[in-house]
Amino acid sequence: MPENSGFSEKDVQREVSDLEGRSATAARIFDLRRIIGGLFVLYGIIVTIAGVTDSQAAIDKAQGVNINLWTGIGMLLLGVFFLVWMKLRPATPPQQDGPAEERPPS
Amino acid sequence: MHTPTDAHAYLAAGLRLPTNGLDYTILAIYFVVVLGIGFAARRSVRTSLDFFLSGRSLPAWITGLAFISANLAATEILGMAANSAQYGAYTVHWYWIGAIPAMVFLGLVMMPFYYGSKVRSVPEFLLLRFDRGAHLLSSILFAFAAILIAGVNLYALAIVVEALLGWPQWVAIVVAGAFVLAYITLGGLSSAIYNEVLQFFVILAALIPLVVLSLKKVGGWGGLTRTLTRQHGDHFVTAWGGTGIGSANPLGANWLTIVLGLGFVLSFGYWTTNFAEVQRALSARNLSAAQRTPLIAAYPKIFIVFLVMIPGLVAAALVPNIGTSASGLQYNDAIPYLMQELLPNGVLGIAVTGLLAAFMAGMAANVSSFNTVFTNDIWAKYVVKGREDSYYVRFGRLITVIGVFASIGTAFLAASFSNIMAYLQTLFSFFNVPMFVVFIVGMFWKRASKKSGFWGLLAGTTAAMVNYFVIYKQGIVRIPTDQGANFVSAIAGFVAGAIVMFAVSLFTRPKPEEELQGLVYGTRSPGMAEPAAPGDEAWYRRPALLGWGAVVLAALCYIPFSF
Repeated sequence: MPENSGFSEKDVQREVSDLEGRSATAARIFDLRRIIGGLFVLYGIIVTIAGVTDSQAAIDKAQGVNINLWTGIGMLLLGVFFLVWMKLRPATPPQQDGPAEERPPS
Repeated sequence: MHTPTDAHAYLAAGLRLPTNGLDYTILAIYFVVVLGIGFAARRSVRTSLDFFLSGRSLPAWITGLAFISANLAATEILGMAANSAQYGAYTVHWYWIGAIPAMVFLGLVMMPFYYGSKVRSVPEFLLLRFDRGAHLLSSILFAFAAILIAGVNLYALAIVVEALLGWPQWVAIVVAGAFVLAYITLGGLSSAIYNEVLQFFVILAALIPLVVLSLKKVGGWGGLTRTLTRQHGDHFVTAWGGTGIGSANPLGANWLTIVLGLGFVLSFGYWTTNFAEVQRALSARNLSAAQRTPLIAAYPKIFIVFLVMIPGLVAAALVPNIGTSASGLQYNDAIPYLMQELLPNGVLGIAVTGLLAAFMAGMAANVSSFNTVFTNDIWAKYVVKGREDSYYVRFGRLITVIGVFASIGTAFLAASFSNIMAYLQTLFSFFNVPMFVVFIVGMFWKRASKKSGFWGLLAGTTAAMVNYFVIYKQGIVRIPTDQGANFVSAIAGFVAGAIVMFAVSLFTRPKPEEELQGLVYGTRSPGMAEPAAPGDEAWYRRPALLGWGAVVLAALCYIPFSF
């Protein structure tokens, strides 16, 4: 077990290389695209519905633009983009295999 | 970059937003997702490197967007809109000359040394290049500054939330602090970074509709510039108008202090040595991704200025006496005022969520860099050395809790003594400048000795402070505005630091060459030789192309604002 307290360049490189070898982030972290995609699809649906059902007062406030509708559609498209991207280019498994552990649930 | 105007967003009364259940639902969903990311990232933390640097394994698009997001805190959004309402189109300087060149320099020139040397923090680089004096001084100053800025962010959030939503200040401080505490303690830097990326998109979703509607309200860009030119004169909508040396302009700065002070010293100091930013790049999965982190961030940065400047300009056009007591609106109110005027429920909820997210991300970026420096650079090097790695993960979590409580305390202090806080903030803003001198001299001049780092840092910080607090504040030399004085102080700090480093180096022994491998320009370390990952040789991932592309694009953006 190396000490985490070296002061020289060699100490730091040895420490960090060793920690990189045991790191679990690459193998276990979830795919962020799923979260962004999911949240924006949900927001998109909510805001689009708000736009469809908006009163005239809301539209007048927004300079005559149905801003909820347009923003909702935009957010929906962004969400779908992330989900499609994830589908087409799934996260590559870590190249330098650390200790073989269970894969993240996908 | 530190907000140029007063960060203490004193929002006018009467800005209460007409939020309803729909808006609160949108906000609640966001808070649930933020916590969910924390819990889900928790299982990826095994070593201290996972907790503090995401195991150096994140892809470039994530670190790049987190890099821009860590900067896009709400104090920056409200502050830059305020800046635009007050000074006009000069705001573009903070982006195109005050950010892009420095970001590109960080990616192309400095990142091989940072990432290749495998340091975990900016102070750790100073330890390797110089000595323990420079290391400890920079670590302690950074730790203090990070907590201070986190606290200021939290306080600014409380003021905005009180004005917009009517929550008491202490509720906002405690709620936001608790969420940041939870997600960083659980998932470490990975969860901070993931939340920053998410925040980036929410902020865009909040600002784009606001910009579209505000432009529509004033008759488009043409209508806006006509109104502003009539109200404020020709210079208000140009970037360089009135910046000749000796001529007066509202900014109180001339082209030379803008280019040297803002564009070179302040900007390079902030973007290349502020660990809250650099940490995002150090968590990238390989050198190519680390280099691309600030370069990918540079492209949104070029265009974000429009999203913050246009609301500021529109507010100035709609409320000609903004910033005076007659209007009842402060410059900082520009964006909240337009939200209230233009956004219907729904989009309003997105905008409120975006603002809160930006405040929390600004705080989280500082907390997550604070815990790294405090654990790796102070605790593990000087206090409790040589324990097993899991001890430092536990300690990192503990110090995160302490850091958040300290920020909450700072926020309450700021609420009672806001002048002192503003003063302290200015004080710390001068700390980045000498950091940059020490870096640039240390990286490019082999002869710079071990001792020169510490003394350069000390001399530069002192000179910048003396210039600002004595020479400017006492009126020994007249500079029209605080902004102008900021730029001049930065230049003074830079020059003093460089001279002292040079002088000290002449009288002390140089560091042996074999201890400088991969730390000084012209040397290589083993870390720089790692093979490129598959796919990284694609032309659109080449750092040089991305970097120079950003510089050219920023220069082109100046054209319509220059004539």
